[in-house]
This record gives sequence, C-alpha cells and structure tokens, in this order.
Amino acid sequence: MTKQININHVNYDLPLDLTRRLLDFIRIDCGLTATKESCQEGECGACLVLVDGEIYNSCLLPVGNLVSKSVITLECFSKSKIYKAIENAYLEEGAVQCGFCTPGMVMATYALLKKNSNHTLESIRLDLSGNLCRCTGYQTIFKAIEKLIKEGVDINERF
Amino acid sequence: MRLKDHLKRVDSKDKLNGRAKYIEDYYFDDMLYAKTLRSEIPCGKILSIDYPKDYPNVYVIDGRHVIKNNQVAMIEADMPIFAEDKVTYLGEPIALICGEDKDEILEFMEKIKIHYTEEKGHFTLDGQVFTHQCFEKGQWSELDYDYKVEESYETGYQEQLYMEKQGFIGLYEDEIITIMGSLQCPYYILNALKHGTGFDESRLRVIQTTTGGAFGGKEEYPSLVACQLAMATYHLKRPIKLIFDRREDMAFTTKRHPSKTLIKSYLKDHKIIGMKIDIKLDAGSYLGLSDVVLQRAMLTMTGAYNIPKIKVEGRTYKTNNVFTGAFRGFGAPQSLYALELHMTHLAKDLGEDPLGFRQKHFVKKGDLTATSGIFNENIELNKMVHRLKEMSDYDSKGKKAHVGYGVSVVPHGGGFTGDGEATHIKAVVRLRKEKDGQITILVSNVEMGQGAQTTFTKIVQMALDIDLDKIRCEIPDTFKVPDSGPTVASRTTMVVGQLVYKACQKIKKYLNEEGVHTAEESFKNPEYITWNQETLTGNAYMAYSWSVLLAKVVVDPLTYEVSCTDLWGVYDVGQPIDEKLLLGQIHGGMVQGLGYALTEYMTSKSGAIEHFAFSSYAIPTTMDIPKMHTDWIINHYMDGPFGAKAAGELTLVGVAPAIAAAIEDAFKIKSFEIPMIPEKIERILSHDQAD
Repeated sequence: MTKQININHVNYDLPLDLTRRLLDFIRIDCGLTATKESCQEGECGACLVLVDGEIYNSCLLPVGNLVSKSVITLECFSKSKIYKAIENAYLEEGAVQCGFCTPGMVMATYALLKKNSNHTLESIRLDLSGNLCRCTGYQTIFKAIEKLIKEGVDINERF
Repeated sequence: MRLKDHLKRVDSKDKLNGRAKYIEDYYFDDMLYAKTLRSEIPCGKILSIDYPKDYPNVYVIDGRHVIKNNQVAMIEADMPIFAEDKVTYLGEPIALICGEDKDEILEFMEKIKIHYTEEKGHFTLDGQVFTHQCFEKGQWSELDYDYKVEESYETGYQEQLYMEKQGFIGLYEDEIITIMGSLQCPYYILNALKHGTGFDESRLRVIQTTTGGAFGGKEEYPSLVACQLAMATYHLKRPIKLIFDRREDMAFTTKRHPSKTLIKSYLKDHKIIGMKIDIKLDAGSYLGLSDVVLQRAMLTMTGAYNIPKIKVEGRTYKTNNVFTGAFRGFGAPQSLYALELHMTHLAKDLGEDPLGFRQKHFVKKGDLTATSGIFNENIELNKMVHRLKEMSDYDSKGKKAHVGYGVSVVPHGGGFTGDGEATHIKAVVRLRKEKDGQITILVSNVEMGQGAQTTFTKIVQMALDIDLDKIRCEIPDTFKVPDSGPTVASRTTMVVGQLVYKACQKIKKYLNEEGVHTAEESFKNPEYITWNQETLTGNAYMAYSWSVLLAKVVVDPLTYEVSCTDLWGVYDVGQPIDEKLLLGQIHGGMVQGLGYALTEYMTSKSGAIEHFAFSSYAIPTTMDIPKMHTDWIINHYMDGPFGAKAAGELTLVGVAPAIAAAIEDAFKIKSFEIPMIPEKIERILSHDQAD
C-alpha cells in the first residue's frame, strides 16, 4: 500500500522522493499557496504549518517523516472560529503590512494561544521569536495577541 | 470618517487568510521556470561558454536574444541586460536557463563551463570616480574660527531583506509581452522594456502583484530581471516564472551603499560656523541610481541645522562589488548617521548637553537651506524636543553604570529632489466614477506593505464623503493606470495623495450623474520651488518631515553586547492620514534602523558578499526590539492631502546615530562606524586602553 500523508483532512500519496520538502509538496503538488517561502532555512517562520497540532517550519521537513501524520495549513485553519478571532485582532490593531510573514504569524499566534492563557509580553515575544517580520516592528502583532488573550478564545475547537 | 478614525487596512484580510496571491503563487498552463546563470568571478572577459548538449527541453536565453538594446534603461543605460563579453561583478547575469523541470535546469547548470580571462578587480573606495557632485553656501574666504574638528565615519551594506524574494513572470500573448511581479515602479519597468525591446507601450504591459515588502529593493532592480524575462518569453512564446533563491537575492541584488563621510567643522564661541563635508559611496560596477542616492545624501547633509558656510562634495565610486541601490532613506541614513554622531561628539567635547547643543543650531522658517533655498514651512523642532523630554527620562537620567543615552534630530525631504517631480516624473492620477457609482482610484503607486491603498482610500472617502465599500484601488497595471510615478522617495502620500485629493474635487460634480466619468489631475510645481540641478542650489525638497529621537541602551561590560531597551520618538509628518498606519511606519522604521545600528553586518570580500543568508545576517527578532514610545505634533503642510507630509523613510533615518551615541555614552567611547557589533566595540575599547 502506498504511504500517505494527510493534509487538511485529505489523504495524499507520498511522492517518490521522500526527501521532498513538505513546503514544496504543499505549495506545488497540492496547490495550497497560503503557506509562504521566505528564508529557505528555518529562520523566519513564514512557512509554519501544524503537524499533529504543533507548529513546524515546513521548509525543513522531508515528507518522508510525515507518514500518517496530519498536516493543517492556513487554508483549513482559516475556516475556524479561532482564526476569525485572530483575524479580527490583527485587523483591529493594523498588524498586517506587506503580509508575507502573516500566514506564519497567524499559525504561531494559534500555537501560542493554545500553549497557555497566562501569557505576558515577555512570553509572547519568546514564542514569536521564530517568526521574522520586516515591516511592523512587531508592536501591533503583540497588541493583537494581547487583545486575543484579554478577550479569551476557545482553544479546544477542532478544525 | 474623520482623520482620527482608524480605517482597517483594505488589503489585510486576504493577506491574513492566505488568499492574497504573491507572484510565486501564480501558475500558468505550459509554464516554464527560469534560473539565472551568473558570473563566478568579479571582473574579467568571457572567452566562451560551453553548454551541455542533449537537453532538448532546456533553453538558454542570453545577449543574442535581446530584441533591440542590450541595456537596462535606468538613469543611464550602462548596465547590460545580459553580460556578453565581460563581467564586472560576482553574480552578474549572463543568461536565463529556462525549462519545464527545475531539477533538470539545475542539472544543466551544473554542467555549464564558462571560460574567462580574469582581471584584477577594484573593491575599495579609492579607484575610479563614477560621478562627482558639489555645492557651497556662504563665502569661505572670510571664515574666522576658534578651532576645527575633523572626523571620518563609515557605514556598511544593509540588505532590504523584504520577506518576499524578488520574483516575476513573463507572458507572451497576442504579440504583447507582459511582466507580472513583486515591484515598486511599474513605469520604470515599462521604460526599461521599451528601450530593451524597441516596442511601444501597446505591446508591453507591467502588472504589479501583491508585494511582500520592498524598502527600495524592488525600485530599480526589477527593471533588470523584467528585461531578461521579456526576451525569454518573446523567444520561447511561453509563460516563464523566475523566483530568486534567498541566497541569490541577498548576495546579488542591490543593497544600501557602503559609505565614508569626512566632516570638518569650524567652531567659534561654541557654535558651528562652517562645515566641509566629503562623502563617498560604493556604487558597484554600474551607476544605477547611485548618483541620485549620492545627491540625497549630500542635500540633507547639514540636517536640522543652520550652518552659515557649507561646502559639500560627494563622489560615487566604480568598483567590482555588487551594485548598490535604493533602500529606505536613500543616502540620508549614511550622511545623517555621520552628521548626527558628529554633533554628539562636538557637544561632548564642549561639555554641553547634546540636545542643547543641537538646539543652538536649529533651522527655523525663513532660514536658508543647505542648498541656499528657503525653509517655507513652520519648523517645530523646539516643541518636539520639549515633548521628547516630557515623554522620556531624559532630564532625570543621571549616570548609571552600563546604561547610555543618545539623541538624534533629522529631517527627511518628501518627494523627488528639486524640481524632479515637475521635470522628470510629471505624475498623473485618475479617478473614475463607474456606472454603479463606485469610485476607482487609478494610480501607479503600489501597495507594498506601507498602506498606500488604505491611504488613498481614506483620502477619497474623506474628500467625497461616500461609503467605503464604493471605493476601490485599481491594481497597478500599465494598461489600466496612468503614470503617477514610482513608489519611492517619500512621495506616495504627500505628492500622489494630494493629486488624488485634487482629483476628488473634480469628480465631485459627477457623483450623482449617470454613466462613467473620469477626472484627471497632474502635478504642477509649487511656485515656491526653484531649483538649479547644475549647481544643486535652490529648494531641494517641497517640504521636510522631522524626527527627534532618544535611545537608551544597556550594555554588557564583558561581552560588549548591546541591548537597546527604549526608543523615544517625536515626529512631524504634517497631519497623519491614519495614526495606525503612521505607527506601523514608525515601529517598522525604528526596528530597521536598530538593525542598521547594531546587528545587520554585511561585508564583501573581493567582491563576494559574505553574509547572504538569514542565519548569518541578523535582522531584529521579537527578542531584540526596544520599548517604543512615540508621539507626533500636528504641523499642516499646505500642499499635502489634509496637511500630510511624508513618513516612510524618515522613521529609519535618525535611529542609528541615536543608538550609536547611546552606546558611546554607556562605554565612554567615541565610535566612527556602524553596525556596532561587539567585535567593533571591543576593538575601540582595547585601542583606547592601549593609548
């Protein structure tokens, strides 16, 4: 039986080349382009996806490591209520400029909210330190997250 | 809607949910990929190139395929689209290798053998002068001074590091060449395509796609790649996609000019009465925009100060380093780093407060500018200093070990230099009232993250008082929008925004009429602008924006690591169109300036950039940024929309000298170069001890 990978609740056959980067598999083979490629070396976080609920830089993951794992990209996550809350907070605070780091920031924001609800500015900074942004100076992103924490979100939602 | 009401950015939603399409997200049927074949040496002659055989699906496009002129038209047309007989920098493009399969292209490229005769390259600022500029103010023969201070400053490369790499797609359909991509200046590219192909604008089309950051890095560089792709798609008659690798982008595309600035100040009675300045920029092997960058560096060289006698000289140098170009600030970050740190040094030597010393020299309305023009607007620098002191602990800071404070005061001129807006750019904007009452904004200025579309939308909403959902910005597409000039030079809000505002006054009368109506507005030089480009005298800019900054750093006395804990900034950008957009520019500019001052260290060895990856070139992360305390004063500018002036570049320019001064204060040293990496601080301290 061909080995499969589950992306956004759809099973895909793994490609012959098991070293193919998950990022290329998602973007090119599956045509899911919400996930972005920027630094190509795991430094910037633009390509974050959820693998079994945890965030990973998809530019560093060979698909061969993901047999029977479940991958969620922004295409699927953006249909959730928690995404809507994140979107509203980012819109309110003006936390999006060029938008290229944004898909990764959104995934990192979800992971941060899921981790715990007692975040301080320091812990927000630490949890976002793998996501680089060249436009905003990060301030409005912090504000958006502080707003989400204050308002509270349902982190148990399934999507 | 009022000015103080925040308009949610019109472009944000699709960027958040991932539906916004950047150039890499586009796929076309039958599309080929391209990769650039680059020179492996910095200087030499190409004797021959051996391409591998038996690759029927791989195509080489090079100088032989150029339709008309193998030149990229910028200010000069000195750069070839493809290098043919010689190469002048490492990574210079020689050909595009196109094919259906990326791996096959790479395999093909590995087998290419280029035969060169290598020549000795020039890599330092002492060789061939490209361009030379100078201007003077006052009579130098009569100078009666007490003493003079001479200092020399150096700055390094800075990489724009937009998150989205350079990328374009070329298409050939119905005898029309279309270039789509991540870019700032659709009409710069169109002009370059016209020159390269010999076609007119009916056969050439440029479309901007959602642009993931630019900062000047997508100002002139895209013209080169667009010309290459145009030739490829014309010959192969298929869509071709070219997306740079990050390392390729960092190593071979334009970046901020390394500089050397010599300042001689002549002082009498604790005041500067004369200043001689000499600035050198490394242009690389092609001129590109370097002479214009040099001019902005020079024209802004005496900053916020009224100095009676000035002599400013500047040179760009031709080297075999990677060619340098536009980057937020455009020469001013280099020259004002030098000037502002020099002001701090002069104050320190006199035992005076660095802000107080500056205040003695502040320009005011009616004073002569460096270029013997007149400051026409109200200048509120003293008010800004007062506000800065109120906001910060400047007056109560005292002396704490390992803590330092530094200040800067800088202007930034909005729009093109001198009469450039009127003589070169000649911006045209259009508004169209559609059948259904919708207003379409037609400008060539792009949204690249700075909020241009939101700014234009808000200006139209306020000028016409119509529903927001009735306003739409057309995609910058040369088949659809007029040439309102490039998205550069702090001109989008102040210059183009004002034209949009004026066009609103013309379209008003059609709002309740049937059918489609168009209103057009074009730029006219304000009568108070006089400029002589030969002598560089007159009003260099229509209006200046200003910033007064204070930086606080905490330093580690063992490792020499510097942490900037606080930045305070007070700004005069006229009247902000949207305060949240302004804050976005301030925070982003502060952090990019922080990187320029501290961590963004990029060197070149024998023409090879040594820091060409995110892992070796450190931009600030969430852990590196200070608390940012900001405020602004309202100071209406009569020729800006609702009184607005420029904000985009200003916010970066003053940061590095303030942080450098704070580091000096903490370590009790003087420094003369940025970025201030720990190794450089260590060198200064060990040198001081040896003395």
